[in-house]
Amino acid sequence: MRASLMSAELPPIPAPEIEYSLLAPLMIIAGAAIVGVLVEAFWPRTTRFAAQTVLACAAIVAALADTVWVYTDLDRIESSLTARGQIAAEGAVSVDGPGVFAWGILLVFGLLSMLLFAERRLDGGLSAFTGRAADAPGSAAEADAVKRRLEHSEVFPLALFALVGMMLFATANDLLTMFVALEVLSLPLYILCGLARRRRLLSQEAALKYFLLGAFSSVFFLYGIALAYGYSGSFELSAIDTAVTSRTGSETMLLASIALMAVGLLFKIGAAPFHTWTPDVYQGAPTPVTAFMAAGTKAAAFMALLRVFFVAFGGSSWDWRPTIVAIAVITMFLGAVVSISQTDVKRMLAYSSIAHAGFLLVGFVGVYAGVAGSDRVTSVSSVLFYLAVYGLSSIGAFAVVTLVRDSGGETTHLSKWAGLGKTSPVLAGSFAVFMLSFAGIPLTGGFIGKWGVFSAAYSGGFWWLVVIGVLVSALAAYFYVRVIVLMFFTDPVGEGPTVAVPSVLTTVVIGVAVVGTVGLGIIPGPLLDLAQHAGAFVR
Amino acid sequence: MSEYITLSMILFTIGAVGVLVRRNAIIVFMCVELMLNATNLAFVSFSRQHGNLDGQLAAFFVMVVAAAEVVIGLAIIISIYRTRRTTSVDDASLLKS
Repeated sequence: MRASLMSAELPPIPAPEIEYSLLAPLMIIAGAAIVGVLVEAFWPRTTRFAAQTVLACAAIVAALADTVWVYTDLDRIESSLTARGQIAAEGAVSVDGPGVFAWGILLVFGLLSMLLFAERRLDGGLSAFTGRAADAPGSAAEADAVKRRLEHSEVFPLALFALVGMMLFATANDLLTMFVALEVLSLPLYILCGLARRRRLLSQEAALKYFLLGAFSSVFFLYGIALAYGYSGSFELSAIDTAVTSRTGSETMLLASIALMAVGLLFKIGAAPFHTWTPDVYQGAPTPVTAFMAAGTKAAAFMALLRVFFVAFGGSSWDWRPTIVAIAVITMFLGAVVSISQTDVKRMLAYSSIAHAGFLLVGFVGVYAGVAGSDRVTSVSSVLFYLAVYGLSSIGAFAVVTLVRDSGGETTHLSKWAGLGKTSPVLAGSFAVFMLSFAGIPLTGGFIGKWGVFSAAYSGGFWWLVVIGVLVSALAAYFYVRVIVLMFFTDPVGEGPTVAVPSVLTTVVIGVAVVGTVGLGIIPGPLLDLAQHAGAFVR
Repeated sequence: MSEYITLSMILFTIGAVGVLVRRNAIIVFMCVELMLNATNLAFVSFSRQHGNLDGQLAAFFVMVVAAAEVVIGLAIIISIYRTRRTTSVDDASLLKS
């Protein structure tokens, strides 16, 4: 009786409409990750690593092809001049130009990282990941695991889960989806950080630091979401935008919400003063994971940052712009200045990534959405292009780091890199290309990227910020050039570094990264057009 | 209604201070969980205030995420404990510039 009364009173729950064709890239990656877990359970151990590699790479290639198809098929939005795409999955995901572009670059980074993950020639036929993570470093059990040539092939499904989290984070259209995506991208990365084969104490420590600080920052992000919900009564970005524009709720709550969400997002992109985890985690994590993180997390988190601040909090941009400008300046300076004093290659690249987060923030605060009839680069497209170039060079640079080794594994102390250009000019040459791109020297992609973000900031009225940005670039260039001088014009100390001969996998990664970095510097047109064509976010 | 929000803010602050001052990784982690639960309280209070169920739904998502985080976090902390026989975050300091 009571049950029938309840069912009579409750409104029916309509079945949600899911646009499977638009969301297929996400589902391919998520599906492959789940299949990967099953492979882990049922596939024979001898060929499991190869099977996982093939599965992960095939899934990413399939998703990439589908992403291209989705991108060419995006509909124009009537109400907006530049936006293309549509809101899918009952308002949870926004499949729009910038989002699908971000899918594309994330999948490319994912594919290159998977090739680095699969490299086994450098460490005597074993991968860069520990054989059995449960063993204590230096224990007899660990020696036994090495003797039995155990390998963790779980790293592939974990990386795929992280990848789907990144893709969802870049396209989430409501804050709850965004939070879940943030966790789906972070949790596998925490584990991956702790799985290095060599220097396991450092690796575990990096995982602990990343985990505690990451959890701490995502709680701030979550409380920001709670306050945004309290302010507007909804999780959807467009509903929050309506509330912000009409200024209905309490101003204090809105500002607190913006501040707390900014903390969570700025932590993920590694902007000062929330950058302290970056050097430790980049140094301690296995280098292929560092490459994946440096390129992927930064791209995904930046897209989420742009989406939250442009779509949801765009109406109060006068409230948050001054703070973001200050953070951009501090981040650029800190990254550039501190990287000068670094003696470890991976830490140096970490500080360089902090400096790049600063440059990206410069493009972001411009908040330049473009005007009709003008083809000046917008904030969103400049950031997209910069992320593509930065990620490519950064994966290439970390791939080079995996090859410079001594008996204890990778040798990352800068003094050991002296004279690398004399023993292996090709490898040192490619590293020099990445350094020049980071420094923003013309004829590399980094130059076009920097030009883009500075141009967007200039169009947005921040000419003085552009001046600071150019000065900091010059400062940072000193350091990058110093590394090149060290490699080519300094005599090696003692034995000098040994350069391991990689299999075709790492060679392909470095090759693609060099060609991409130089190619985007010489003919940036196609990708820049594509980024500009991506248009604005769909609300 | 604002009493519940105030309580949630107090709990959140206690958690945040705990993360900053405590040195045991397990305690730090518990403080993060306290902050997550403070957020849940805020979600359900706002849900009641606005008269829709979105906030209560969010609380369920947060619980699931918190459970997943516990699994990962304890695994990492235990793997460190096996090596060092301590869970103090101060002892984990090999990574310094």
